[in-house]
Amino acid sequence: MMIDRKINQQISSPEELANVAAEQLAWQAQYQHRVFVCMGTACQSVQSGAVLTALQAEIKSKARENECLVSPGGCQGNCASAPLVSVPEQDLLYQKVQLSDAEEIIEALAGKPVGRLLCDNKSDFFTMQNRVVTNHRGLLNPESIEDYIAAGGFSALLKALTDFTPEAVVQELQKSGLRGRGGAGYPTGLKWSTVAKTRAEQRYVICNADEGDPGAFMNRSVLEDYPFRVLEGMAIAAYAVGASKGYVYVRAEYPLAVERVTKAIRNAEKHGLLGNKIGSMSFDFQVEIRLGAGAFVCGEETALISSIEGGKGLPCPRPPYPAESGLWGMPTLINNVETFANVVPIISGGAEKYATIGTPTSKGTKTFALSGSIMNTGLVEVPLGTSLRKMIFDIGGGVPDGHKFKAVQTGGPAGGCIPEEHLDATIDYETLMELGSFMGSGGMIVMDDSSCMVDVAKFFMQFCAAESCGKCVPCRVGTAHMHDMLDRITKGEGTMEELGQLESLCDVVKFTSLCGLGQGAPNPVLSTLRFFKGEYLAHIVGHTCPAGVCAPVGQDIRRPTCAL
Amino acid sequence: MRVVTLKINGQEMSGRDDEDILHVAREHDIEIPTLCQLDGISEWGGCRLCLVEIEGSAKLSAACVTKVSEGMVVNTESERLAGYRKTIVEMLFTEGNHVCSVCVSNNNCELQDMSSDLKIDHISLPYRYPLRTVDASHDLFIFDANRCILCTRCVRVCDEAEGAHTWDIAGRGIQSQLVSDLHQPWGESTSCTSCGKCVEACPTGAIFEKGKAAGEMVKDAKFLVYLAEMKAEKS
Amino acid sequence: MSVRTRAARKNVAVKAPSDDKRWSIVAAVMRKHGSAQSALIETLHSVQSTFGYLDDTALAFVAHSLRIPLSKVYGVATFYSHFRLKPQGKHNCVICMGTACYIKGSARLLQRIDQKYGLKVGDTTRDNQFSLLEARCLGACGIAPAGIFDGRVLGNLASPLVESQLDNWLAESQQNEPKLP
Repeated sequence: MMIDRKINQQISSPEELANVAAEQLAWQAQYQHRVFVCMGTACQSVQSGAVLTALQAEIKSKARENECLVSPGGCQGNCASAPLVSVPEQDLLYQKVQLSDAEEIIEALAGKPVGRLLCDNKSDFFTMQNRVVTNHRGLLNPESIEDYIAAGGFSALLKALTDFTPEAVVQELQKSGLRGRGGAGYPTGLKWSTVAKTRAEQRYVICNADEGDPGAFMNRSVLEDYPFRVLEGMAIAAYAVGASKGYVYVRAEYPLAVERVTKAIRNAEKHGLLGNKIGSMSFDFQVEIRLGAGAFVCGEETALISSIEGGKGLPCPRPPYPAESGLWGMPTLINNVETFANVVPIISGGAEKYATIGTPTSKGTKTFALSGSIMNTGLVEVPLGTSLRKMIFDIGGGVPDGHKFKAVQTGGPAGGCIPEEHLDATIDYETLMELGSFMGSGGMIVMDDSSCMVDVAKFFMQFCAAESCGKCVPCRVGTAHMHDMLDRITKGEGTMEELGQLESLCDVVKFTSLCGLGQGAPNPVLSTLRFFKGEYLAHIVGHTCPAGVCAPVGQDIRRPTCAL
Repeated sequence: MRVVTLKINGQEMSGRDDEDILHVAREHDIEIPTLCQLDGISEWGGCRLCLVEIEGSAKLSAACVTKVSEGMVVNTESERLAGYRKTIVEMLFTEGNHVCSVCVSNNNCELQDMSSDLKIDHISLPYRYPLRTVDASHDLFIFDANRCILCTRCVRVCDEAEGAHTWDIAGRGIQSQLVSDLHQPWGESTSCTSCGKCVEACPTGAIFEKGKAAGEMVKDAKFLVYLAEMKAEKS
Repeated sequence: MSVRTRAARKNVAVKAPSDDKRWSIVAAVMRKHGSAQSALIETLHSVQSTFGYLDDTALAFVAHSLRIPLSKVYGVATFYSHFRLKPQGKHNCVICMGTACYIKGSARLLQRIDQKYGLKVGDTTRDNQFSLLEARCLGACGIAPAGIFDGRVLGNLASPLVESQLDNWLAESQQNEPKLP
C-alpha cells in the first residue's frame, strides 16, 4: 500500500511549486476516502499510533488500499477526547477511538457514521475558534512536504522572493500589526526593521521554541504539526532582514518536535526550499536545530543566545538588544514559533486581511493551551479580543464535576490569576497587563474552588526559585526567601508582619532583577494578594485553608507539635 | 566615539559615549555602590547595587553596564534606591554565613563596608544558614564558601587576566556555588597557576592567603588596571 | 604541558578515554560542529544519550577536545537540569510538575511514591531498577497529570496506575536475581 507519495525534485519557481501542488492534489484525489489520525502528544499517550496502524491494517485486509488513505495528522485541539480520528469528506470527528473500532470506522466510510464515537464538531469548542495559525486543522501529514505544498505551503516564501523586496516584506509585517507571540508583544515588524537596518556582514534569525511556561504547549503543537510552516516563516524573515543563517532552539523535553523539525529541514533543503539559492534566486538560508537542556531562563532572548553559543543560559543586560548585537555579536532576529507561523498567512493573504482580525492594538489570533479544571482541555485558537468568559465557559465548556470557577492563570510564572469578576475582560496584551497578568506564550490554566491560591503562588515561586540562573542577587536570593515565606504561610506559621515583608520583597525583586524571570517572579504573588487576600489571611490568622489543600477543610493547617 | 553631555544628580558633566554611567559618575566624584564590579575585568551586572534611575525610563538601570548618552538625566540616590540596596545587601548576608568578628577580612571587607555605607543596622530577613565547606587543599590559599557572595570577580579575573579559568559557578539559583575545575579540591586543580589574582579580586574573606588570622587579610586589586592597560597596548 | 594545549597546538583529536566504541559517536558530534566551543551543549547531549550520564572522565574528554576550561564545562553541565552527573536506573519515571499537572495533583503522586518506595525526585532505587525524575512541563497539559515512563507519555495519571508500572519494574529485577541453589 502506498501511504505516502514522495517527490524528488528541486522547486525553483512559483510555477514549479504550483505544479507540484497540483500533482499532489491529483494523487490525493484518487482516494475516495481520506482518514486522519491525530498524532499529538495527548492522542499518542492513549495509543493513537496503534489506532493508525489498526486502521491501515483494516484497509489492507479489506483490499481497499486503492480507495482509502489513512494518514497521520496533527492536533485536533480537544485533547480531552483523545484519541481522535477525522474523516474530512464526511466532516466527521471520532473521539476516544479504540483499536477494536477500526473495522466499524472503515466500513462507515461510505455510509452511515459510527454514532457512538461521534464528537460534536459543531459545538462551541469548534465553531467559536478562528484558525489562522492552525488553519489546516490537523488535516495534514506533518511529515509530508508534498501535503504541505498541496495545501499551499511555500507559496508565501516564493511570493515574497519573487514579488517583494526585503523592505516590502518588512512593511507588510508592520502593516499587519503582528506582535510577538512569545509574551511581551513587541511589534514584530518594528523588530524586523531594526535588524534589517543594522550594518553587518552576517545576521541571524532564531526561532525561540524553548516553550518553558508550565501549562503551555501551543508551540509544541505548532512545531509538531506544522514544522514546514514555521521554517517557511523563518525563511521569509531571513529574506526580509538579510540573514543567511538560522537556528531553531527547541527544548529537549519535546523529542517529537525535534524529530519533526529536523526532518522538515532536511526535506525542505532537498527540494531547494531551504539552503543555498532558494527558489533559484541569490538567497541562501541555512537552518540548524539546537537543543535546550532544561533551563527555563533560556526563553529569555539573551540567555537563549548564550546557550546557542554553547554556554550557560545567563541573561545579559539589555541594551544592546540582540537586534543590534546578538548571536556571536551579530544582529539577530529572535521570534517565537507562533510569530513565525503567523508570517505565512500575512504574506499570502495580505496584511490588510490579517489586520481585520483582533482588536485595534492586538491584531490576529492567538493559540492557547486550555488546561486545569475545565471540560474541554486542549489547544484552541481565537481572535485576540475574545473575552475570558467566552474562552472558558463557551469554548472550554466550563468547570467540570460541579466545582465552582475560581481563577484563570495566564502568562506562566510571570503571569497572574484572574478572578471571576474580571472574566468579561478581553484577551489582549494591554487588558491582561492591567489585570496584573500577562499574555505570555498562551498557557491558560483554570482553577476551581479546590485550588488554594496561596499554594498556587507557592508553586510558581518554587518554579522561579528553581529556575533562577543565579546571576543577579535579588532573583537568586529573593525568590528563595519568598518561597520560604509562602511555605510558612501554607503551614500556618506565617505572620502579618511577614506578609508585609513578602510584599516589600516582591517590590524589590520586581524592580531590581536583571531579566524578565526575576522581574516577573513576584507577579503570581502580587496578583493573588490583589484578588485573593482573604485566603492569605485565612492561613495566617485563621490557620485554615479554605480550599482544603494545605489541610482538609476546617482542620488546622499547623503541623501537630510533638506531645512530649 | 563621541562626547556627550549628561546630568547626574543635577550636576552637568560630559563623557564619552562608550563609557558607562558608573565611570563617568566616578570621574566626577559621585560614588555609586558596587560589589561585582572591578576595574580591569569585564562588567557583570549581577549585584544590582549600582542601579540608578534614568529620567524617561520606567526601569532602573545598572550603572556599570549602561552607556551614557546625550541629554541623559541620571539620579543615583533616592529613598527608593537606598531601600533596594539595603535589601539586596541584607539578602547577601542571609545567603551565606558571614561572621565578621572571626573573618580574616574583618575591617577590610567590601561587603562589610557596604553595610556600613548603607547604614544597615540589622538583618530583617531570615538567615538561611546554608551548609557550606572550607577548601584548604591549596598550598597557599584557602577558599571559604561560607563567605562567598558569588560576585564572580575571581572567575573573571582568573579567565581574563590570568587565562587559566580555574574557577566557575556550578549549579544555578540559590544552589549556585563556586567550583574549581571539575569540582575537585582547589589543591588538585590542574589549571590553577597559584598566581593569587583571585585572592586580591575577592571582595570578602572567601578567598584568602593561608596563615592569615582574623582581620589580617588586606586585599588590593589595583594591579589589574595596570595589567589591562599593558595588555591593551600590546594588542 | 597539559593535554589541552598539546591538542590545541597540533590541532589533533584528543584520544578517547577508553576503547569503548561509543566514544566515536561523541567524537562524530564534535567533528560535525567543527570542534567549536559552541558545540559544548550538543556534545554533552550526545554523551548523555550514549552513556546515560556525564562522569568526570567524559567531562574532561569533552573539555580537552573542545578546548574549553574544565570548570566551564562543569558549570554548563550543572547549570542545565537535563544533564545528569550520576548513573541512572535501568528504567525511568518522570512526573510532570507543570501548572496544570500540579493543579490536578501531581505533587500528591510524588508524595505517594515517596511513601511507598522511599524515593524522592532525583533518586534511584537501590537495585538500580528505576529513577524518579520530575519535569518542568511536558507540554501535555491537556491530559494532566502526565508522566513519562521509559520515554512513553501517559496521561490522566492516578496513583494505582503509577504504582503498577513501578511494581512491574521492581518485579522484573527480582526475577533476574540469581536464585540460590
